[in-house]
Amino acid sequence: MSLARRILLALAAPVLAFVVAGAVASLVLLISGDDVGGFWSVMFSMPRHRNIVSILNTTAVLYLSGVAAAIGFRMNLFNIGVEGQYRLAAFAAGAFAGAAWLPGWLNTIAAIVVAMVVGALWAAVAGLLRVTRGVSEVISTIMLNAIAGSLVTYLLAKVALTTGNSRNTRPIPEGSRVGTVKLFSDSPTEVYGLSLVAIVVGVGFWVLLNRTRFGFDLRASGASESAAVASGVDVRKMVVAAMLLSGAVAGLVGLPSMFSDSYSYGSAFQTGLGFTGIAVALLGRNNPVGIAFGALIFAFLSEQATLLNILAGVSPDIVDVTQGVIVLAVVVAYEIVRRYRVRLEQAQVAGELAGQRRTPLLTEERN
Amino acid sequence: MRRFSKIAAVTLVGALALAGCGSSGGSSNSGVKSASNDVCKTAKGDGPKVGVAYDVGGRGDQSFNDSAYKGLTKAVKELKATCIEAKATTSDNDTTRAERLRTLAEGGFNPVIAIGYLYSPAAAKVAAEMPDTSFAVVDGFSTTLPKTPLKNLNDLSFQANEGSYLVGVAAALKTKVKHVGFVGGVPGPVIGPFEAGFRSGVASVDPSIKVDVQYLTQDDKDAQAAYENPPGGKDAASAMYEGGADIVFHAAGKSGLGVFQAAAAAGDGKWAIGVDSDQYLSAPKDQKPHILTSALKRVDTSVFDEVKTFQDKSLKPGFVSYNLKNDGVGYAKSGGFVDDISAKIDAAADKIKSGEIVVPSDPAKVK
Repeated sequence: MSLARRILLALAAPVLAFVVAGAVASLVLLISGDDVGGFWSVMFSMPRHRNIVSILNTTAVLYLSGVAAAIGFRMNLFNIGVEGQYRLAAFAAGAFAGAAWLPGWLNTIAAIVVAMVVGALWAAVAGLLRVTRGVSEVISTIMLNAIAGSLVTYLLAKVALTTGNSRNTRPIPEGSRVGTVKLFSDSPTEVYGLSLVAIVVGVGFWVLLNRTRFGFDLRASGASESAAVASGVDVRKMVVAAMLLSGAVAGLVGLPSMFSDSYSYGSAFQTGLGFTGIAVALLGRNNPVGIAFGALIFAFLSEQATLLNILAGVSPDIVDVTQGVIVLAVVVAYEIVRRYRVRLEQAQVAGELAGQRRTPLLTEERN
Repeated sequence: MRRFSKIAAVTLVGALALAGCGSSGGSSNSGVKSASNDVCKTAKGDGPKVGVAYDVGGRGDQSFNDSAYKGLTKAVKELKATCIEAKATTSDNDTTRAERLRTLAEGGFNPVIAIGYLYSPAAAKVAAEMPDTSFAVVDGFSTTLPKTPLKNLNDLSFQANEGSYLVGVAAALKTKVKHVGFVGGVPGPVIGPFEAGFRSGVASVDPSIKVDVQYLTQDDKDAQAAYENPPGGKDAASAMYEGGADIVFHAAGKSGLGVFQAAAAAGDGKWAIGVDSDQYLSAPKDQKPHILTSALKRVDTSVFDEVKTFQDKSLKPGFVSYNLKNDGVGYAKSGGFVDDISAKIDAAADKIKSGEIVVPSDPAKVK
């Protein structure tokens, strides 16, 4: 196959998925009697500077969340618990940084480590249950999400300061906060400093997967557990290690906005990023670059959703529908494109084989 | 491909589970069409252009979003206001909330009224950026956040504990078994005052009356389980009725509809007490004989007043307190079930107004 054709085939699946998702969204809007034209003009409107900044910030956290999920997915380990892991981790980091036991930057770094360790340990519970008791990590992580929610609320009530109706950890002292990058002079929103951590994590994930023994073992265990065991991989150890790593990355998800904007964990903390991360990982096929695109697309859709209600009178829920359809359609589209590619390859091979056979026959005849 | 499909299956199941949670409250058989007509789409006056940003749950919650809508409708009718409504999404954070308020203000809407304390940080930020637009936060604490007070920022706050105290008095006077109950959404600064007021109201009549207290979730981020969970409300209240209590007060938004169902199912002599609006009026026929009274929290009044004072140019920045004195909170008499004891309840109200009784707002401080 020519290079152009390969690229075309690689892009075919996502493009197909978006076309289907767009069609479904339009159909839903038509049925509910909403303004379809308005929906599209808002969705395709060029985001303004401040919206671009918000999209970048959201992309960063969705990327972290997506990578956290993908680490497990790469070895058939379905860590559905990123949601609980990042909440518990963000709370721990917020409470730790707010207590200000350490000065300035030391406090920040220690808080980040606390977040990663707490996220990793919470995920490890599911990993250990799986290897020692054979408990499905899907079930245990979902349960752990519910427990994490209640646990955080309970602990927050112990350490929190109450302002009005809001309950927050102590504010992070000014010296320990992380600055922002001002991308545009006219934008009231700025890129959070810790958003850049996403790039580091992305590069690290790529190197880990493709350039280390651990990454090879991870992929091997995912591709075929029995083959991995046969080649000397300790799968039990890999399960726990992958969960630890997945949880540690999940621990970072809540930090960018906390250290650069809200300065505490509390009532306004954003939830749901863990579940969106699963969809983002799926959209990006668990690939470091693919996840980045998935995160960017979901961030873009969410940002436009905020405006949809006001500018077009369309409920922002339609964007949730669209995102859901994209995820479903992408799976179907990948399968269709895969089958098409297989057929194409078979046809090509068959053609070449037929050609080879014919050629000697012809020469014989001539002789 | 197999792994990919498996992840997709898990994601799909997760999405369905989440969607299931979302719709559990939607099919409540209350028989009230609360969100069917859109006053903003037909309003054509030359009064103030009001922008309203709702809290999660939005219209149709039969609680404070709907109450705000009622105030908005009144403003459209009496003040010739025009309006636009913006819906919150579950993936909101401070940035998306700020963006919503900003877009409303940019669209020329003034005043902009945000429903729910979660908007406080966002309103404080945007009000500083846009000094020509008036912002108000229902239940908010936004005016405490800026270092220098802003001239275009209001908090509309309610002494919910005072109204709850009065229905506590009513419950204590009406109970035949010296046993009542309270069902709350989630413990914390929002619902705490309802519990505190109710319990101290009960105790003021007879300290020996037993009060069961049940919260629907301990997770303060789980608005679904707390406020949009009629089955949960029904279970909690049924358990209390079966345990001997004969009156149950709820402060759980839409979940309270389940409390009413439980009261109707428990039969004669079992009562429920509504919250926020006069819920006797919106209850279906079979439940009406069981709704003793409601603890009123006049969000509608606060929204209307905000628009009216804006139009009169008499709007003052800062905290606006709605309490017993200015009829911002109170109790409902519809149905006539409390007519025989209203003199005693009014006497208690007078004592609160005069300052003789100070109602606690923290459940831990109720004797």
